[in-house]
This record gives sequence, C-alpha cells and structure tokens, in this order.
Amino acid sequence: MAIPLAYNLRNLVVRKTTTLMTALGIALTVAVLLSILALVNGLRTTLSSSGDPLQIVVLRKGSESEIVSNFLRAQYQDLKFKPGIAAGKDGQPLASLEVVTVINLASIDNPEGVNLTVRGLPPVGIEMRPAIHIASGRWFQPGRREVVVGKSVAARYPDARLGKKIQFGRGMWDVVGVFDAGQGAQSSEIWGDLNQVSSDLQRLDVLSSALVRTTDAVTAKALINDINNDQRLNMNALSEKDYYDAQTTSAAPIEYIGIFVSIVMAVGSSFAAMNTMYAAVARRAREIGTLRVLGFSQASILFSFFIESVLLAGLGGVLGCLLVLPLNGITTGMGTANFSETAFNFHVSPEIMAAGLGFAIVLGAVGGLFPARNAAKKEILVALREI
Amino acid sequence: MFRYLPLILKNCWRNRRRTLLTIASIGVSMCLLGVMIAMFHAMYLSDATPDQALRLVTRNRISLTVVMPQSYQPHIGQMQGVREVMISQWFGGTYIDAKHFFARFAVEPEKLFSMYGELRIPDDQRKAFEHDRTACVIGRDLANKYNFHVGDRITLVGDIFPGDFEFTIRGIFDGPRASEVLYFSRDYLEQSMPERRRGSAGMFVIKIDNPASSTRIAEAIDNEYHNATAQTKTESEQAFALSFVSMIGNVKMFLVAISAAVMFTILLVSANTMAMSVRERVREVGVLKTLGFTPGAILSMILGEAVSISLIGGTIGFLLSTILASGVSKAAGGLLPPIPPFQPAVAAACILTAAAIGLVSSLVPAMGASRIPIVDALRSTD
Repeated sequence: MAIPLAYNLRNLVVRKTTTLMTALGIALTVAVLLSILALVNGLRTTLSSSGDPLQIVVLRKGSESEIVSNFLRAQYQDLKFKPGIAAGKDGQPLASLEVVTVINLASIDNPEGVNLTVRGLPPVGIEMRPAIHIASGRWFQPGRREVVVGKSVAARYPDARLGKKIQFGRGMWDVVGVFDAGQGAQSSEIWGDLNQVSSDLQRLDVLSSALVRTTDAVTAKALINDINNDQRLNMNALSEKDYYDAQTTSAAPIEYIGIFVSIVMAVGSSFAAMNTMYAAVARRAREIGTLRVLGFSQASILFSFFIESVLLAGLGGVLGCLLVLPLNGITTGMGTANFSETAFNFHVSPEIMAAGLGFAIVLGAVGGLFPARNAAKKEILVALREI
Repeated sequence: MFRYLPLILKNCWRNRRRTLLTIASIGVSMCLLGVMIAMFHAMYLSDATPDQALRLVTRNRISLTVVMPQSYQPHIGQMQGVREVMISQWFGGTYIDAKHFFARFAVEPEKLFSMYGELRIPDDQRKAFEHDRTACVIGRDLANKYNFHVGDRITLVGDIFPGDFEFTIRGIFDGPRASEVLYFSRDYLEQSMPERRRGSAGMFVIKIDNPASSTRIAEAIDNEYHNATAQTKTESEQAFALSFVSMIGNVKMFLVAISAAVMFTILLVSANTMAMSVRERVREVGVLKTLGFTPGAILSMILGEAVSISLIGGTIGFLLSTILASGVSKAAGGLLPPIPPFQPAVAAACILTAAAIGLVSSLVPAMGASRIPIVDALRSTD
C-alpha cells in the first residue's frame, strides 16, 4: 500500500525554509538551462520564419552564406530565364539579384560597433518579400543614396534611426524608412537600391546572390536540381527556408556551453538535494519506524521518500520556469554565418519549460534515490529508538 | 579563534556524509565559477603579452569584409614609430567541408615570422616557405588535428576568392597560443585573381617600436585616411581579437549572469547545510553555554565551520577548474585568448569568493544559535 502523497507534501511544508532553499538552488540550475534554451529557441524561431519554401537562394558553389558568395551579372541573365520561375505583376520573372555586405555600426549594447548586413536589391526583390512592409517613412528610391532599415536595427542602433545618416561605400546614406519583417531575420538588415549600393562598393559586376520565386513546391524542387546540375552556371541553389535553417548552426556552440554549464550545476544541486533528503530521513527516523509498524512495506517507504525528493525538485523546476519567464520577448543579438548580427527575442516556449521541469525531476530523482533507500532499509526497532 | 579549530574540525567531521556532500556540491559549482572567472580574466582583465602589445591591426572602418588599397602599406610604414607593416588577408574557403574549419590567411611570407616573433619555426622550413609561391605554413595544433606533415598537400576551395588553391606544407610552427591556422603567400592569391581585384588588402598588421605609443600611432593612421575613400580603423591586436568574441553575442553579460547564478546556488547550498547542522545542535549549544562559552565564541565556531567547509570545497573546485579551463581553451581553438593554467588573481578570487559565501551563508543560523537563551536551548527537542 502506498503512503498518501499528502504526507510528503505536509513534510515539505513543515520544513519550509529548507524546502525553499533547496528548491531555489534547483530553480537557479533550471533557470540557467532554460535561459540558454530560450536564447537558442529564439534564434531558431527567427531564422525559421525568415525563409519562404517557394523561394530559392542561389549562391556560388562552395559558399555557405551570401557574404562569401559571388554572383556575376552575366550568370544572372542565364538564371533569370530558367523554367519554373514565377512571373511578377509586370510579367517579368521574379528573380532578384542582390549584393550583400557588412558594415560596422555602434549599437546600444555595444558602442564599439557590431557588424550589420547591408543588402542592395532591385525593386523586384521587395515585391518578392510581400510579408515585409514599411512601418514608418517610405521605401528607398532607385538611384538615390537612400536606405531603409529593419525594425530591430532602428531599435538597437541609434545611428540608424529614421532621418539619420549612415556611412558606408563612398559616403553618407539617408535612412528614409523603417520596415517591419515580423519575426524574420531581415529585421536586422539595412536595405538599399541594388545599383546604387553595388556601385558604391565597386562591385557593379560581381554581386552576391540571387533569389528566385517558383510557382509551387514541385517546381521549386525541380528548379533547385536544375540549377545545381547546370555545369555552366556552377551555382549552388537551396530553398530560402533551408538556407536560414542551416544558419541556426551558429547557435550550436552557445547551446553546447549552456547545456554543459547546466549539467555541472545540476551535479552540484543534486548533491544539495541529497543532503536535504538525508536530513529529512534522519529527522523522521521514528516516523519511518512507526510507518513500518503500521504495516507499510519497505517499498512504499522507498517510493514515498523518492516521491518527496521529486516533488521538491519539481517545485524547483516550477520556480525556475517562473524565473525565466520575464526573459520572454527580450531582444538580443547573435553573430550568424553572414559575419553579422541577427537580432531576435528570447523565446520561452511551453516545450522548453517542459524540458526544464523534466530536467529538475531527473535531478530530484537522482538526489532522492540514495536517501530513500537509506530510509527503506532502516531496522524497525533501531528506527523507533532513535531520537 | 584558532583555539577552537580542533573543535570546529571535529564538528565538520561529525556528519561526514553531509559534509562530504556539501563539499562536493560547492566544489563542483566553484569549479564552474573558476572557469568563468578565468575566462573573464583572460578576456577582459589580462594585459597583452609583450609581443602582442607591439602590434596594431588596421582594417577598413566599414567592416572587416571591406578591403583597403594596398598602397596604404608603404605610407603607414613611413609613419613615426612604425617598424614594419604586413598585409594580411582573411581567405575563408573550404577544406573538405564547412565542418573542417580553421583560420586561413594570405600574408607576406618574408615578414610573417618577424611580425609574430613569438612563433617558432626551424630556419630551413621558414626559408622553404619564403621561396615557394604555393607553400603554406601551419600551426602545430592544426598539424596535430589533421595529422598533417611537412610536404603534404592541402587543397582549399575558395569562396571569397574563387578557385581551387593547392598548397604544399613547408613548415609547422609552434606558438604560445592555440594555433589552428594556416598562412600562405599573398602573391599566390594575387596572381590567381583577375586584374581588377588585385592590389587590395584586408588588414594591415603593424609592428611598432614602443607599446606606449600605440594609441598615438593608431590615431595617426586613422586621421591620415579620414578623408580617403577607404577610411581605416586601427586598434591593438588584443582589442581586435576581442571584437571577434563580441561578435558571438554579449559574452561579458553571459559570463557575469552565469557566474551570479552559480554563486547564488552555492550560497543556498551552504546556507541550507549550516542551517540544518545548527538546528540539530541547539541542545549542544545550550550545554556549551552552561560550560561558560561566550556567545561570541559560539558565533565564531559556527562561522568557522561554514568557512572551513566552503574553503575546502572552493579549493577543490578551483583545482578542478584549472584542468577544465585548459580544456575549454583548447576546445575554443584560438577564438578565446589563452587561459593561463595558474593565475594568482583568479585563484585569489575563487578562494575569497568561497570564504565569503561560507561566512554569509552561516551568518543567520550562527547569530540565532549564539543568542538563544540557555534554558530554551537545553529544552529544545529536535
């Protein structure tokens, strides 16, 4: 027969200081794990919402990111008329030749300067990203030294706000608008006119990449194969979604470090939980003896103390989740494959909170096993005699 | 207070299991804290090495990905206090695939080893490197990682600089820091490029006569090109290296936040242990008081117990952290500045933190025990 759960709960409540201190220790361990997971999760959310599966990014073979890719205008002419590319409003193929570079700008967090992506794109490039719209100001005009900046850029970089001027290429550029890309990574970019940007960078012929839109998923696949197998073009095509998904690997080192740190902390906290449970067992020796006399089996004693430890750790897990909740939505930035910073929000999702709770419970289970065995193995007479 | 030391130690040893668990718990957490403190120290608090202090790096103000004209080189070289200027170009490229990543730079071979005086290479290998256009030299760590030997060939597929590049390893150098890096001749790179892309430089590595003049020279260079098409940004090599770390994200805050969480966890663990052990001993305190021990003596005994436990834990943790830190330093492969195996400042910080945590954590139970009236203490049943 099992000992009622209420017995464990009341024991935890009676020793509230010890319970709280142990649980808080576990909570902090869980909080460290969760904040790292929330960071990585936020970056993933941003990157995975940045790409459209129907659009294809075309890079030079061997390039993993746009910044190291080269794309000649002549190649673009070959690419543009491939079958499967959707037509725009004006009947022209939806294919955008783009140039990508990086500039260094002082941010609020880092006055020393942070790398930011600057993208030069033709009007069709804007048409191909219908989810992105102007939030304030207006789009840049072709042929002018004007740029628009993503919302995160405007928020994080004082020098890149609406009405300011930023310097790159051959001089100053006016910030004429702020665009809203929702959660997308494009929010961390600065956009200008393709021809103006590329001539400023002295890269009129050698641009970075191309983005093309296909009509449906099947055509997209066929076009990717077509481009990848085209020996003359010598290009590497992948869907825009895959391109951004691949960039999430840049968060891997942080993720590993975070998991490593939490595991080391968990070892420390499980020792602490063990301590608390041993003390609980020692204090309740007579109670344990009484329970045995009443007819509760060794197994139910073992189970009861084990459950108590798990409950204690579970409380820690819940507290840990509560501790990281305020992080949700806070914006931060991280370097990605394009040698520049992508801004994103911490994202504390229910999944990672469940993971944190699970982590705490495992920790409590490990910490509770030995004390519970210790409790179950007590000789009845010895236990009853203990003071 | 040391009069009570035997008693304090006896008390520690009374509940062996608890003391050992507490020491283990504090030890593991302090080990983590030790690594964090060592990393923080290496990145933000340590001085540049004497070799490093003599070097500046100039890049394009816009960003590292934008080049500068090569013609800046002789001009900078003539500035007062500048001993030597070497062009260095980040090559990028791929060896086998993106997972086999290491740093590759196109440099001027005849200047490389005088510029980086701390790198050691046999003379014959250095000469072979200088005389062969398609030669490269690699760091010892890189050689060990891929089992490269002198005479082996390496093919890199360029991305920033298109084309296939084949190199012969002519030398392997040793250096004080992690050396997963390959250097090859800039001439090879220049000749592989079309006319219009030649004649530019990604970075200028500058050696100066005197570390004290580094700020003045950096400012002089940047002022010189203030009105040029390619403006420059010159900084110390140390600051330049740190800017790569800051590219990952706000590392400083990351370290501070985790350290704070770890410290607070240790505090809780230690406080909990001390509260438990004092609670068990209330009657004993009553007896001690009857025997004539003053409240001050009892206070210092309990504080002493907590401090000794956390000092033992802290020392073990610090020793563990020195091992872990060298592992971290290796795994980071040169991205982080080298973490020296034993740093007195880091050791002091760790051990003082441990002692302070012990003291703070036991303050409340110790005060309670020292103030309890004798009669109440003797009556207490727990």
